[in-house]
Amino acid sequence: MAEETTAKKEEEVLAQLDSFAELPDAPPKRRLKLSWVGKLAVAVVAFWLVIVAIGPYIAPFHEMDMDGDDSFLDAHSNEYGTFYLGTDYLGRDTLSRIIFGARNTIGISLVATLFAYLMGITLGILAAVKGGWIDMGISRVNDAILALPTIMLGLIVIAALGSSIPILIGTAAVIYATSVFRIARALGQDIMVQDFVEAARARGEGVWWIIKSEVLPNAAMPLATDFGLRLVFVVLFISSLSFLGLGVQPPASDWGSMVRENLQGLTYGSYAAIWPALAIATFTIAINLIVDDVSAKSGGMLAKKMV
Amino acid sequence: MMMQMVLRRIAIGFATLIVVSIIVFLATSILPGDVAQIILGQSATPETLAALRAELGMDLPAYMRYFAWLGNMASGDLGISKAGGATIASLIGGRFGNTMMMAGFVALISIPISIALGLWAAMHPGTWLDRSVTFCTLSLISVPEFFIATVLVLILAVELHWLPSTAYMTGDENFFQLMKALAMPLITLVIVVSAQMIRMTRAGILNVMNSPYIEMAILKGVPKGRIILRHAFFNAIGPIVNVIALNLAYLVSGVVIVETIFAYPGLAKLMIDGVQTRDLPLVQACAMIFCGTYVILILTADVASILSNPRLRQPK
Repeated sequence: MAEETTAKKEEEVLAQLDSFAELPDAPPKRRLKLSWVGKLAVAVVAFWLVIVAIGPYIAPFHEMDMDGDDSFLDAHSNEYGTFYLGTDYLGRDTLSRIIFGARNTIGISLVATLFAYLMGITLGILAAVKGGWIDMGISRVNDAILALPTIMLGLIVIAALGSSIPILIGTAAVIYATSVFRIARALGQDIMVQDFVEAARARGEGVWWIIKSEVLPNAAMPLATDFGLRLVFVVLFISSLSFLGLGVQPPASDWGSMVRENLQGLTYGSYAAIWPALAIATFTIAINLIVDDVSAKSGGMLAKKMV
Repeated sequence: MMMQMVLRRIAIGFATLIVVSIIVFLATSILPGDVAQIILGQSATPETLAALRAELGMDLPAYMRYFAWLGNMASGDLGISKAGGATIASLIGGRFGNTMMMAGFVALISIPISIALGLWAAMHPGTWLDRSVTFCTLSLISVPEFFIATVLVLILAVELHWLPSTAYMTGDENFFQLMKALAMPLITLVIVVSAQMIRMTRAGILNVMNSPYIEMAILKGVPKGRIILRHAFFNAIGPIVNVIALNLAYLVSGVVIVETIFAYPGLAKLMIDGVQTRDLPLVQACAMIFCGTYVILILTADVASILSNPRLRQPK
């Protein structure tokens, strides 16, 4: 009997605790609700990321195999297998090259964007927290790089150093770190003057603790939204350079260079140049749609305003 | 006060140009090999190498070479191309005109279209019409320029046979032939630039529409069209001029792709060829022209927004 009452009491307390969660001063649960367009876009991006991860294992041919009977064939089968999207200018399977190319195009862009973020956030937060001449120095150099068209910077660097994958990643990372720096610095400055940072300082917390526990968590959401936009810009930058013949070098496949290689095929009615271009378009449009959806529904507007 | 702000902005623009020239010079002179070695080849003796270096001024310290290069550039002596040995000024001459002509046509066509469409979308916010304009322009700005160009070639040149797929010019065609040759690159650039401009015009107008005096006009019962054309538009002119200058600056990267895809004999094509053959003096000269134009256009955009916004005229 006594046991039963304690069990009942426990239940009551638990029920009460549950109702606390509904009180108005409890922090609202953060849940991202996407429109159906947004959900579709997430599916498209997820699809390409899966292709990046497992691409080489599912591609019907190797990217460099010339298994077609001839160049610029329409979809057909021969004794080696089926070319679902036809063949390219050297008789290679277009579908396999797109699957392999996802690795180069998306992979290189992702790595470059991650490096850009690492550099941009580190320097941006440093400038915002330290201020003074450190801030002045980094900001001036940053403004000068931002004042140039990105493609020109890419062309200058490649003219001087030649093109290889590490150089592509480094160039894109430095160029796009400038815009990340601006956003991170602005966010950091906003947060550094808030009362809770003042309170942390009064408690005697160190600079590193403030950055780790106050600045970064509050800057995370706008920065995450911006990551998507930045990734789109990097994909466009890398594939534009590849399209100009100055990015990923043949015979490796990359969506930008695939469009360039197969451009002449258009006049024979071959779609080999259209498919890789379409692949880029689906990926970048999908990311932009997600970013649009997320920032329309949450506080990511700052990042959007600053683009 | 306003004059001072504008002058200060121009001074900053000038300083940016100097920094740009330093970046271009540094980036193109950190090359591992040296020019004298490249010109003379492997069989060069140390004496001839030293002599050529002295002749080219390569034995001077980097900052001396920088000032000499900047001085030459400012006085119009752009140097000599490594490939073929022609002066760069003669290579650039006609090409520069071609690129400017293209940019001029693009501006003439895209500015009225974009402002009209941007206004139109802003007048009907939230309707399916506005939403489809927003969706289309968002899609267009998120795809690479060469995607739009490729699709246009497929439709207009391959399927319909309306237009040639390359912009080949002989120099003695009449206006109609010239337009036909230019049509494909023009349409591509107009689409690319307009998409961005429509979005920014729409956002600019909608921004003004949120201000109190527009609410006042709505409460007064002024018809919607009149509010936009008489009240909002004039206050959005500053931002719109800003948008136009920014997007013409954006053309700089657009022409690089479009001139390559359509083999248009312009400055950007020349620069890409220079990058491929690693003709550094040529790349330096082209980069300075492009970056200079870009900085001047951005400067124009900033000055326009200072002049049009009374609050910016008085620095706090």
